[in-house]
Amino acid sequence: MASRGPRTEALWGYAFIAPTGLGLAIFYLWPVLQTAYFSFTEWGAFGGHTWTGLENYTRLIADPEVGRAVLNTLTYTALGLLGIPLAIVFAALLNRPGLGGVTLYRTAFFLPVVTMPVAVAMLWRWLYNGDYGLINQVLALAGIDGPNWIADPATALYALIVVGVWSSVGYNLIIFLAGMQAIPKELYEAAAMDGAGRVRQFFSITLPMLSPTAFFISIVSVIGSLQLFDLVFVMTGSGQAARANPAYSRLQTVVQLFYERAFVTDDRGYAAAIVMALLVLIAVLTVLQFRLQRRWVHYV
Amino acid sequence: MALLASACGGGEQAGTDTQPEERVKLSYGVWDATQQAVMQELAAEFTKTYPSITVDVQLTPWVDYWTKMKAAVSGGAAPDVFWMNGPNFQLYASNGVIKPIEEQIDTSVYPKALVDLYTYEGKLYGLPKDMDTVGVWYNKTLFDAAKVKYPADDWTWTDFKEAAAKLTDADKGVYAVGAQLTSFQEYQYNTIYQAGGHVISPDGKQSGYADPKTIAGLKFWTDLIAAKQSPDLKTMTDTTPLQLFEAGKLAMYWGGSWNVAEFGKNDYTKDKVDVAPLPRGEKQATIIHGVANVVSAKTEHPAQASAFVKFLGSKQAADLLGKKGPIPAYNGTQQDWVKAHPEWKLQTFLDAVAYAVPYPVSKNTAAWQEAELTHLTKAWTGEVPVEQAAANLAAAMNDLLAKE
Repeated sequence: MASRGPRTEALWGYAFIAPTGLGLAIFYLWPVLQTAYFSFTEWGAFGGHTWTGLENYTRLIADPEVGRAVLNTLTYTALGLLGIPLAIVFAALLNRPGLGGVTLYRTAFFLPVVTMPVAVAMLWRWLYNGDYGLINQVLALAGIDGPNWIADPATALYALIVVGVWSSVGYNLIIFLAGMQAIPKELYEAAAMDGAGRVRQFFSITLPMLSPTAFFISIVSVIGSLQLFDLVFVMTGSGQAARANPAYSRLQTVVQLFYERAFVTDDRGYAAAIVMALLVLIAVLTVLQFRLQRRWVHYV
Repeated sequence: MALLASACGGGEQAGTDTQPEERVKLSYGVWDATQQAVMQELAAEFTKTYPSITVDVQLTPWVDYWTKMKAAVSGGAAPDVFWMNGPNFQLYASNGVIKPIEEQIDTSVYPKALVDLYTYEGKLYGLPKDMDTVGVWYNKTLFDAAKVKYPADDWTWTDFKEAAAKLTDADKGVYAVGAQLTSFQEYQYNTIYQAGGHVISPDGKQSGYADPKTIAGLKFWTDLIAAKQSPDLKTMTDTTPLQLFEAGKLAMYWGGSWNVAEFGKNDYTKDKVDVAPLPRGEKQATIIHGVANVVSAKTEHPAQASAFVKFLGSKQAADLLGKKGPIPAYNGTQQDWVKAHPEWKLQTFLDAVAYAVPYPVSKNTAAWQEAELTHLTKAWTGEVPVEQAAANLAAAMNDLLAKE
């Protein structure tokens, strides 16, 4: 056994990661390559495809629907990031020593995370109903005539963002709480001795020490937001019901457009091109974030 | 053979190459949960006559049915026999994924509009199973409250508009009707043909939306929204006209014969509504449509599958269907369906067959139906005048038809 050199060890290492590697190759890498290939083809209604070269991509660039979907998705993503400071504030409030009922609060905040997205969307759909919804009933008490939140082009996207932020705060909060609890107590003790108050401590110790956590969350949120589908799908339906919604053009996301093209109108090659474009968009934004992190993320 | 021949009621011969000793299990794709039980009953009835063939009824809810069917057909896993509708038919027939019916069949027992609907390039592909026409379901309580006479059988657009004005009660949030955008079969197509317009040219190459008469059929609805006698599109997006009607917020609902099951089990509507024919415009018209049973081109048991389709299209099957399901397509069996709900004037839907117009379709109906919604949504919200929206739609639809 003493003869086992680094080479054998490395081989064993590869053997151990092989099952996962194989899984990734079959279930992730291969479909990606296939999709990339399909994005250069055109499909019939019942399968069978022909090579069309760059046609799908030239069509994509000129398609106003794609432009709109990208813009909506980016707006959703950007405003969705507001959920991060919100989660930090909540986490800081929940992290105070001596606060009673912390478990209860944590559970309440975490509940949307463990609830099925479809159930969340159904629930909000009822809340947002223009005539019978709870939100407008409450507004009516104050004499305000509320809009049809998800059928009005002026409010639809923002209504959606509220739900997105609401359902992500709990997850982010738990991660931030874990991050906060990993900050050494000595730092706060030293700061207190130097006369720093709670607010000063928050900005000078907690925030910088949390920046790696915030970076992780922002990467995950941006990718998640760019792939937004289930919320829109459930809140607006698909196909006819979605298209007859006056706010349709404000609610369409890239993945939703992909779904419509791939499965509703059988334009599979074009749908493949749409997701390839999304892949590029996600890659660019992620690389950008990694570049920018040097400016604001502090590693101990 | 004697067993097979005697089995099929109205003298229709079963496929002669059926081997009695070969045990076969057919799969049968359907989309309506309320009809699942009666379909199973029909399958059992079929097995009684053909003991070697059993049928597995596979339900896929309507919203996923066509998505799943396309995937199944592409992947070579389509059910042996399945339900087909008008808008999808030509796409399936022209791609050769369903089998034409080779034998001689007496089609005079079905409404001609339905036989035509399932005929492509001179070949019949499916046997009509049921049929539906459209009528005006009205809420008698709201009519009484507004002191409006119930619709007469020969009422006109003018009568309808007069009634609509009286039935609207803004303070109570009651509207005369919901100008629904998502069901052209119950709404726009009917008024388009009543106004003398058309959706698509008979040869399926030209859109009819540029025709001023077609536009008049669309304006019928947008005028109602403008007059606030129908909820606006935003309200109807949040709460569908069907939900509003069942909550007593709409006095009238343009609906099909298939709504019988829905209104019969709803506590509010079951004793408050009745049905009248659609009002006439320039002429009297309603869309007629019906589901057909078709055989997958890739089935491993073509003889058994077509025997099953023929059984489903027989009088024997229609008699059973009429008692428990929608209106059977087989002429002469429809009275049982009328009798099943004596509280409603269901004869209205059968009388409508006389002046019914077939559901407008082309090879790729789904493509221009998407365009209909994209362009007409803007007219419904008032963002674009109806004339303009219809002109844009006609251009978009012509482009799509040229590609077929």
